[in-house]
Amino acid sequence: MRMSGALRRSRGRDPLGLRRALSDRLLPALVAAMALLGALALAGARGAADLSGRWQSGAAAAITVQLPAATGGEKLDQALSALRALPEVAEAKAMDQARLAALLRPWLGEAPALPLPVVIELHLKRLPAAPEALAERVAQAVPGASVEAHGVWVARLVALARSLQGVAMAALLLVAGIGAAVVAVATRAGIAARREAITILHDLGATDAEIAGRFARRVALLVGGGALAGTLVAAPVLAAFADLAAPLLGGQPAGSVLALPWGSLPWAELALLPLLAAGIGWLTAQLTVRRWLRRLP
Amino acid sequence: MRAPQATPGGILRGIPASEGKSRIGRKHVLATGVSGGIVRAMVRFAGVGLRYATQAGSGQSGPGPEVLRDISFTLPPGSFHWLLGPSGAGKSSLLGLMHLALRPSRGEVEILGQSISRARRRLLPALRRRIGVVFQDFRLLPHLPVFDNLALPLRIAGRSEMQIRADVMEMLRWIGLEAKAGALPASLSGGEQQRVAIARAVVMRPALLVADEPTGNLDMGHARRVLALLQEMHRLGTTVVVATHSESLVAEYPAPALHLSEGRLVFHG
Repeated sequence: MRMSGALRRSRGRDPLGLRRALSDRLLPALVAAMALLGALALAGARGAADLSGRWQSGAAAAITVQLPAATGGEKLDQALSALRALPEVAEAKAMDQARLAALLRPWLGEAPALPLPVVIELHLKRLPAAPEALAERVAQAVPGASVEAHGVWVARLVALARSLQGVAMAALLLVAGIGAAVVAVATRAGIAARREAITILHDLGATDAEIAGRFARRVALLVGGGALAGTLVAAPVLAAFADLAAPLLGGQPAGSVLALPWGSLPWAELALLPLLAAGIGWLTAQLTVRRWLRRLP
Repeated sequence: MRAPQATPGGILRGIPASEGKSRIGRKHVLATGVSGGIVRAMVRFAGVGLRYATQAGSGQSGPGPEVLRDISFTLPPGSFHWLLGPSGAGKSSLLGLMHLALRPSRGEVEILGQSISRARRRLLPALRRRIGVVFQDFRLLPHLPVFDNLALPLRIAGRSEMQIRADVMEMLRWIGLEAKAGALPASLSGGEQQRVAIARAVVMRPALLVADEPTGNLDMGHARRVLALLQEMHRLGTTVVVATHSESLVAEYPAPALHLSEGRLVFHG
C-alpha cells in the first residue's frame, strides 16, 4: 500500500489528530457569536466616548451668572470675589464682552448700542448633588444676578456617557472571559479525546511545550477564524446602528447600504478583535494543556 | 516467518563501541560500564520502593500500598536481561521506572547516568528520547500510517524530513514492512504491529530498550520473529530488558534474568 507524499506530510504534522479532536465547527461558531457581541460592546464603548467628547465642551461652563448690563468695575470685582469664595467653585471669570457680542450676533445682528449683560462663567471643582441648591447660593452671593445651571446637567450626561463606556468595556472583558472559558472546555475535551496519543508522545520524549504548542496552534487558528467571521458579520450591524443614531448627532439617515456611515466604524479596534481572540485562545490552550500535563511524570 | 531483511546498522551509528559487543548469555557485570573513563551503570536501582496514588473517587485518599519494595540491582551497558515473575509481581511497574513513565516513591533510580529520583521534570524528555519502549499492546497511533508512526520519535527530536525518510525506510526494510509504509496499524496483523512498535522504539538509536511482554499477544512464530529483532538490537550494542511470561522463549534464549515476586527482587542472575 502506498500513500501520497502530501497526505503523509499532512498527517505527520498532526500526530495528535487534533483536526478531528478539536472540531472546526462548534468552537469557531461559538467564538464568532462572542466576537459579534465583543464588536457590539467595542462599538458601544467607542460611541459613548464620542458622545462624551461632544458633550464635554457643553459642560465647560457648569454655571453662568448674569449681571445687569450696567454692572462694571468695582461691583464686578466684588461679585467675582464672592463667587470665588464659594467652596464648590474652581474658577470664576467674566466672559469677554466682544466674545459675548459675537455669540449673540446671529440673533441680534449688529447692534452696538444694545447694552449686553455681564456674564460670569463658573467652573466647579466637582458636580454638585443638588445643582438647584447651589444655584440659589450663588444667587445669594451676588444679589441681583440671575443664575443658569444647565451646564451641570450637561456634565451629568457626560458622566452618564462615561459610565456607559465603562459598562461597554466591562461587557467586552466579560465576553473575553467567557471566550477563554469556552476554549478551556474545548481544549479539555480535546485532551480527553486524545489522552492516549498525548501519553504516547510524552513517553517518546515530547516536551510539555511541544504538546501544548500543537493544541495552542490549532485552537488559535479555530478561534481566530471564528472571531474573524463574527467581526465581519458585526460590521454591517454596527454601520446600521450608527445610521440609526445619525439624527442624534445632527446627521441624516442613509438611503442605501452603500451610504451607511462605514467610515464611522472603529475599524482599527475591529481589526484587532480576531488577533486578540486568537491570542486569548492560544494562551488559554497553552495553560490548560500544560496544567494537565503536570500530572504526567 | 521471515528473517530480518536488513540490519539497522545505519541508524545505530553513534553507539559507542564499548557498548556494542555484548552477547546474550554473557555473564553480567555488576556496577560496571565504562563511559568516558567514568564507571557508570546503564540502570541502577538502590533501595527502590514504589506506591501508586489512590484514584480519586475510590473512597480512599493518600498513597496506596507499595507495589515495589527494596529493589536494588545494576544493569551494565550492552547487557540483555529477562524480567520474570508472575502477574502482579511488579514487572510493568519496574519497567515503568526504567523508561521514566514513573518516579520512585523512595530509593534511588539511575538511568543512563542520570538520577531520576532527584532530576527536574524538564530534564526528563531528553532522557526519554534515549530510551526505547515496546508495549504488549503496541501503543501505535491508530490514525497515523506506519510511516508516520515510525517517524514520530524523529519528528519529536526535530530531525529533517530528508533524514526522517531515510531512517524510517531503513527501519521498514529491517522489519520487512517496507510495502506497508502507508497502511494504518489496524490493517496489520498483531505480529506486524509489534514489529512496527519495535522499529519505533529503536529508530532513535536508544541506549536502553525495554519491552513489556512484547510477545504476549503473538503466536510462537511471531514471538520468535520479534525476539530476533530484540536480539539484533542487543547485538548492535543496545542494553535490552524484556519482561515475559513465556518460559519457552526464556529457555530458547538463555540470558541473565531479574525475578520479581510480590514486588520484591528475589533473584538476579
